[in-house]
Amino acid sequence: MATDMDHQIVEDLKAAGIDYITSVPCKQLAGVIEVLEDTSEIMHMPSNKEDEGMGLCAGAYMGGMKPAIVMQNTALGVVVNTLATLIQFYQIPLPMLISYRGEVGEPVACQVEMALHTKAILNQLHIPTYHFHKPEDAAELPGILEYAQMASKPVAILCDASFWRASA
Amino acid sequence: MIRNDVFKTLIPVISEHLVVCNIGAPSQELHALDDRASNFYMLGTMGLSSSIGLGLAAAQDKPVLAIDGDGSVLTNLGTLATIGNNPQGNFTLLIIDNGSYGSTGDQPTYAGMKTDLAAVAKACGAETVLTVSAEDTAEAVKAAIASEEMTIIVSKCKSGNVAVPVIKTNPIVIRERFMEEVRR
Repeated sequence: MATDMDHQIVEDLKAAGIDYITSVPCKQLAGVIEVLEDTSEIMHMPSNKEDEGMGLCAGAYMGGMKPAIVMQNTALGVVVNTLATLIQFYQIPLPMLISYRGEVGEPVACQVEMALHTKAILNQLHIPTYHFHKPEDAAELPGILEYAQMASKPVAILCDASFWRASA
Repeated sequence: MIRNDVFKTLIPVISEHLVVCNIGAPSQELHALDDRASNFYMLGTMGLSSSIGLGLAAAQDKPVLAIDGDGSVLTNLGTLATIGNNPQGNFTLLIIDNGSYGSTGDQPTYAGMKTDLAAVAKACGAETVLTVSAEDTAEAVKAAIASEEMTIIVSKCKSGNVAVPVIKTNPIVIRERFMEEVRR
């Protein structure tokens, strides 16, 4: 069941002109994906893996759309090469709405392992990174989306378990 | 016929269209034969030509040809399911299937053994999938671009590359001039 926050996030994406989204699901992102499915202004094309999704986004961008990707932080282990040699090399703006699994409130121990690497990978790639921990942090989203377009860069928006729980 | 021979026959058919071309030898050979602003050369990221092509086709109305290889499709096999479930009438995927990883020393791929990429594409939901000889490829691509149906073409050719230089064009230049062609 989508929350007000899930709706607000999709409203902000729409308002920023985002009209193409690919996603690979995560429990924490289920509400956002549910809202996306009902949002006619945004073309939602799920992908099977996040590097594939970034290829779709690169194509959509060159076709004149404003893409974004919705994914889990564990996928940063999949997309390092694609971020470096496609998204960054060709300077494609790409907001990444990322569920930040493995933080406080996480029930699955294995998720902690990639949580430990998440910010280090983003930092190593010089990707502007924002961490939503409390519901009020989401007020930054419109500015972040505009910043990604201005800079022609991928940007990461990490949303942790505390954020989702307090937003429910 | 090797890939470069297929490309020679393709040039008159594809030169006026948006082409997304696979990393390595395919992009280098196309670039050497007929460098155009309407070609998007992948300088990195193996496996994503078909994904970029599908996203581009979904975003605008002009015909899009993505040139991929059997090895590259195998590395991103999920792409066939995404393509099969999101058909775009203006999209043609040409898989140059020479049964080998051409850019890395012609090591054999599974597509050159037991795996039938056309059968995989069909099983993934793509409705129009053709397997053609190298000689018949240009004609098949021409018909696919002219049709309003999404088509996947598996072109069976021999393994081998020609000696051509690497592409030195700046990636932003490649992207910007390509996007100008998209908008034209």
